[in-house]
Amino acid sequence: MTIEASIDAGGAASTGIEAGAGSMNKAFFALLRRDLLLAFRRRTELLFPVIFLLVVISLFPLGIGPSPQLLARIAPGVIWIAALLATVISLDGLFRSDFEDGTLEQFVLSGHPLTLIALAKIVAHWLVAGLPLVLLSPLLAIWMNLPLDSLGVMIVTLALGTPILSLIGSIGVGLTISLKRGGQLLSLLVFPLYVPILIIATAAVMAASDGLPYTAFLGLLVAGLITSLTLAPFAAAAALKISLS
Amino acid sequence: MLSVSKINFERYFAPVFQPVSFTLEAGGLLLVTGANGCGKTTLIRVLAGILHPTSGEFSSRTGSMAYVGHHLGIKDDLSVVENLRFMRDFLGTSNRSSEEVMKEVGLTRVSEQLARTLSAGQRKRCALARLLLSNTQLWLLDEPYSNLDQEGVELVDKMLLKHLEAGGACVLATHGAHRPNWQQTENYELISGVAA
Amino acid sequence: MNTNATTMTKIKPRKNWLVMFIHKLGSPPWFYNFSGKLIPWLWATFAALTIWGLYLGLYVAPADYQQGESVRIMYLHVPAAWMSMMIYGLMAVMSFIALVWRIRMMEILMMSSAPIGAAFTIIALASGSLWGRPTWGTYWVWDARLTSELVLLFLYLGVIGLHNAIDEPRKAARAACLLALVGAVNLPIIHYSVKWWNTLHQGSSISLTGGSSIDTSMLWPLLIMAVAAKFYYGANLLTRARIKLLEQDMRKGWVKNVVKEQTS
Repeated sequence: MTIEASIDAGGAASTGIEAGAGSMNKAFFALLRRDLLLAFRRRTELLFPVIFLLVVISLFPLGIGPSPQLLARIAPGVIWIAALLATVISLDGLFRSDFEDGTLEQFVLSGHPLTLIALAKIVAHWLVAGLPLVLLSPLLAIWMNLPLDSLGVMIVTLALGTPILSLIGSIGVGLTISLKRGGQLLSLLVFPLYVPILIIATAAVMAASDGLPYTAFLGLLVAGLITSLTLAPFAAAAALKISLS
Repeated sequence: MLSVSKINFERYFAPVFQPVSFTLEAGGLLLVTGANGCGKTTLIRVLAGILHPTSGEFSSRTGSMAYVGHHLGIKDDLSVVENLRFMRDFLGTSNRSSEEVMKEVGLTRVSEQLARTLSAGQRKRCALARLLLSNTQLWLLDEPYSNLDQEGVELVDKMLLKHLEAGGACVLATHGAHRPNWQQTENYELISGVAA
Repeated sequence: MNTNATTMTKIKPRKNWLVMFIHKLGSPPWFYNFSGKLIPWLWATFAALTIWGLYLGLYVAPADYQQGESVRIMYLHVPAAWMSMMIYGLMAVMSFIALVWRIRMMEILMMSSAPIGAAFTIIALASGSLWGRPTWGTYWVWDARLTSELVLLFLYLGVIGLHNAIDEPRKAARAACLLALVGAVNLPIIHYSVKWWNTLHQGSSISLTGGSSIDTSMLWPLLIMAVAAKFYYGANLLTRARIKLLEQDMRKGWVKNVVKEQTS
């Protein structure tokens, strides 16, 4: 069968091409399913970033004092900074396991674009690590005495912003994955890139609290999400190829 | 099927191995041997496209590749059948079922066990199953016989022979005692790049 | 057909000298020689321009009617800030070329630029901080420019840190190049979001140089210092690049020749 395929004009290529388009789709979802299954197999580990988030948030009233007005003022920033920290902590797991057991190399060899593979993994990662942050935000809002009329905006900024954090963060992870203490360096690499998201998201929430228009900020977040969805997986794939060498 | 000319790969600005040139036809087996540390794994990875050669070129490189290396590429947290099913769905090029392949590599008995609980030999067989599921023409094998018992070694040889007879080709790196010495075999001694 | 052939042989294609120059630049021995000859001139020009610029800035130019003598820090702060951004931009261009065409010289030039750029950023931050003291009464204010410079410093440190963390030199260079490129793409976004953040939280923007146009007697020394800084960068860059090149090509013949020439 292999002989016939190679004798055929463009033999392997043509079987490859018909396999190509459809199988890329299939591969994407196969990988997504696999990553979700793997996360489920280690579901206790999923709780660590969540617990970390809760602990960090609770440190603020402990460190600054529980005055409700003060907490309300700093709530948007604090919640968002805690989200940044929790994301960075969870990011290391994004590629590490596949890097260490050789699965990543196999992805490179598979003929499927590494960009798509990176995207599938990032989506799985967000579902498992980012979405919990969004779902927890009402609790955090209550703890930090965030004015309830801005809670909706807070949730939206987190829903739009945490995927951007995962996407941009994946580039940093790709670059540091071959380092033993990559996690420490990862924060330094990724936090400067997070600055715009932090500024815009907190501006949106604060505008909502003050009763000012906030849709422009949300629009910027949407634009940021679309841009990073298209560009970040490509950069992450390039980073992974460098790390594998 | 695979033809390379003066392939050179440097680490820390020193060549890992002496420049490599060879031509591999369909049905051929290139047996790469050499002392420990002479760069066999590096060469295989360059051929696989994971590493980019510092100089030299691939004069021809047709067909798709499959690679089984030191890192097996199987997930510890998945069972054997889950690993195989994923490989099959992901690669999307096989018309064999994962059960069939599992039977061929002799892992049916442990199909539901997590890969982490398997012995080294069983894990190797699971990785080798990928070769059968990938339906590719060129196999790149780095120490395929390691960790395998006599039965496992025979399995690899059987798979290899079948692959070569069907028109596939293979580059096989090994330093062990067992070396396939068939009519299609061409020996290549890799020399370390470190100057004496 | 015949006339075409004769026309073609008559017109000798003149090789594009720029392409040849860039090609030669990629050859280590050629680069080593060429830069070796160029460096003293760069230092000399830097020295001359700096002396002239400082003379104009510190003696000839008048003190600001608002800020008094302390405005003279501007002649150090502004060129340093401009350089910090220009160098990062150049690093991004070099990174792109190095990654796409795998040119080792570009990797070397890029990594040699990083510490120089970081140094300029630190000078900009320190001088900006000192300038702030007489102007606002505190050593640090989170104004748009200083905050942007700070984030830029973190980007520089990230590139340098990543490069140091990876052992294999070419892998380290490629990783750093990718990071620099990613940072460069983000830099305008960071810059504008910080600027915006500043106005959001303070209403009117605080600017060290004041919004109004700058007087020519102050503009001249500023521009001269800016050009002087570029010569400094050039001289420093080539010096560092030559050293890196020698380190990397230690075992190669041309380095051994260079050592022979130097020691004979």
